[in-house]
Amino acid sequence: MERLQTILLVAGLGFFLFSALIMGVWPYTLLKDVPVASLEELAKDIHPSFNDLSQRYPEVFSEYYGQPNEAAYAKALERGRDIYIAEACWHCHSQQIRPVSNESLRFGPVSRAGEYQNVLQLPQLLGTRRVGPDLSRESGKRSNDWHAAHLYEPTWVVPVSVMPSYKWFFETRVNDEGDARIVPNEDGLAVIAYLQWLGSWSEIPPATFYNAGQVIGEGGK
Amino acid sequence: MTSITMSGAPTAAVTARSLVNRPLVHAHLLAGIGWFLVAILAGLLFSTQFVRHYLFPDQELLSPGRVRMVHTHLVAFGFIFNCLLGGMIWAVPRLCGQRILSDKLGWLIFGVWQAIMLSAMAGILAGHGQGVEWGENPTWIDPFVVVGWVLVVTNLIVPILRSREKNLYVSIWYFLAAFIWTALTYVMGNFFVQYWVPGVSGAAVTGLYIHDLVGLFVTPIGWGLMYYFVPVILKRPVWSHAMSLIGFWGLAFFYPLNGVHHYLYSPIPMYVQYGAVVSTIAVELVVTTVVINFFMTIRFDFDTLRTSLPMRWFYTGMVLYFITCLQCAFQTTLTFQKIIHFTDWVVAHAHLVMFGVFSFWIFGIIVHLWPKLTGRQWASRRLNEWHYWLSMIGLVIMFFDLTIAGLVQGFSWKALSPWEESIVASIPFWWVRAFSGVMISAGALCLVSNIALTARRPVTEMAPELQPATT
Ligand code: HEC
Ligand code: HEM
Repeated sequence: MERLQTILLVAGLGFFLFSALIMGVWPYTLLKDVPVASLEELAKDIHPSFNDLSQRYPEVFSEYYGQPNEAAYAKALERGRDIYIAEACWHCHSQQIRPVSNESLRFGPVSRAGEYQNVLQLPQLLGTRRVGPDLSRESGKRSNDWHAAHLYEPTWVVPVSVMPSYKWFFETRVNDEGDARIVPNEDGLAVIAYLQWLGSWSEIPPATFYNAGQVIGEGGK
Repeated sequence: MTSITMSGAPTAAVTARSLVNRPLVHAHLLAGIGWFLVAILAGLLFSTQFVRHYLFPDQELLSPGRVRMVHTHLVAFGFIFNCLLGGMIWAVPRLCGQRILSDKLGWLIFGVWQAIMLSAMAGILAGHGQGVEWGENPTWIDPFVVVGWVLVVTNLIVPILRSREKNLYVSIWYFLAAFIWTALTYVMGNFFVQYWVPGVSGAAVTGLYIHDLVGLFVTPIGWGLMYYFVPVILKRPVWSHAMSLIGFWGLAFFYPLNGVHHYLYSPIPMYVQYGAVVSTIAVELVVTTVVINFFMTIRFDFDTLRTSLPMRWFYTGMVLYFITCLQCAFQTTLTFQKIIHFTDWVVAHAHLVMFGVFSFWIFGIIVHLWPKLTGRQWASRRLNEWHYWLSMIGLVIMFFDLTIAGLVQGFSWKALSPWEESIVASIPFWWVRAFSGVMISAGALCLVSNIALTARRPVTEMAPELQPATT
């Protein structure tokens, strides 16, 4: 029985707690003084693209989110994050730029620990696989329209894309003249707002955007 | 060292009558195979997205991302969990000479677990997935999983406590440690990461979770079962008991320290990352002890590989295990990480270890146990052979294909080519992957049809426990 207790207590409990201590608790204590921003705090900085959404899709926007104010922004961000999780976008996209492999040239400034200290990173979404590109500097890189078209049918804007289409983020609205228009629904608006938020806190714009082998834009580094 | 190891521990209890609840083992293995089918179907379905021929486009309930989560979740908790549990319900009573605590509890766990799996699958498809890799079941299921595991442990630890063997066989060491590790790991990944630890520190803990699920749940139980079944089938004790103990303590100490290697070059403090790299390399040395022990137990008895299908599955798994671990020691280095992280290389590695190693061992156990569980000889040796060859060749194709794809992707990204270019370059590889998936699925169908055919045969073989006791 002596052996049994050794196995349970030393190997089972002891070594496990040791690993959790130095691999989990220690990094945690380093960051514990950096406050974790709440949703309300995050939503104070309304990104201009959110206003743009409200003007571009006024009918659906006001129906689902009312005015483009802080409360609406908070609601959209949280819902967007939830959908990002539920659809496993995070299994195909990372939110983490490494200091190697020219990633800062491709995507923008290398990720820093402080950027993740907020409730939208609970659970964290750094990701471990990239079928599509990193999204942590997505804010402002594309227009709302581009995102809407891309989510509806990715191959319309990127013909070779293997990203799934998300038709259920959209609904059909008929206006007074009887014209039908496909517009983002509550989920679609939320996802676009979330994508446009990702990296919006980064004061430095992405260094360089590469497209079809050509530099199409340059910012500070 | 002890009589139990010298005489080939596993046979110690064979004479006792009806030690094992065979219908329960049978049920767990069957359920595991059932979930395996669903899981690979999901994998296959998801792989069609990568070649732009998704079979059910624009169906919200079959959204590719959700199907991917079903794939990995069912592989781990539906297939591997059920089969390892079945293996333990077979091995623990025989090693300890004691029945499990309660058959009723065993059946309750069986039912509850399948219900958990069904609701996890339904929940993920309905869009309630949790954002934790390998913990994707909806959050409300997590407490049930924890309770379920506590019941599993209760049922299996009692025979160990009641055992009159003075020295515990090494398999039991692994099981005991896994009882605690699995509980802690699950709570760490599904509660701490979900509710309390955000951002980068959350990533560090998630890394521990992903890795501990492989290293502290699947690995120790898998090794424990190998240390049981290999000597039983060869009728020969393991080569070195001392070596198996080195393996145990090495695993216990180094494996938990590996987790952060899933997030190298992330903003997690660098010393933690270095620690993870070093202990990952250490684990590979530890693993080598198990592999050596196994090969020395077989020695040069290569004829067994031709005649005994279970041994062939075990052997193949061991060879692949060695390759996996060798690969691991390289790919965890920061040099490799620059290129291969985020690419299909990692997916190749994941399939090599989860399918090529642990699933192969499980198949060996299934092939070995089936006649003992059902009292019926396998209906068709040929179907079993087909199952083996299709799975093995399918896996090898998938592995090389995705490994090369990973390198292509990694270098393409580093070269700053447009993202589309890496997609275009990957699509041929993704076709091959889908094709290898079809092979693996065909192999699984051979197993299933063989099981169905076997069920129709007359009962010819009496399980040892049912024969009158001779001593
Ligand atoms: C099967 C993997 C996969 C899934 C799941 C997936 N994506 Fe993608 N995504 C891609 C690929 C591949 C690309 C690159 C080609 C393209 O732009 O369509 C991409 C590109 C993108 C881009 C464009 C990035 C840029 O600026 O170039 C955005 C934004 C995006 N995805 C968002 C999402 C969101 C939001 C989800 C979940 C609702 C999601 N993706 C799910 C594979 C995926
Ligand atoms: C029909 C055969 C199979 C096919 C077609 C298949 C396909 C896939 C696909 C497409 C992915 C996602 C990869 C990505 O994100 O890029 C995946 C991931 C995974 N699969 Fe499979 N799979 C199959 C069988 C299996 C089996 C049998 C197992 C284990 C027993 C398994 C374990 C895993 C694991 C662990 C992952 C996660 C990999 C990671 O995140 O790195 N798969 N599979």
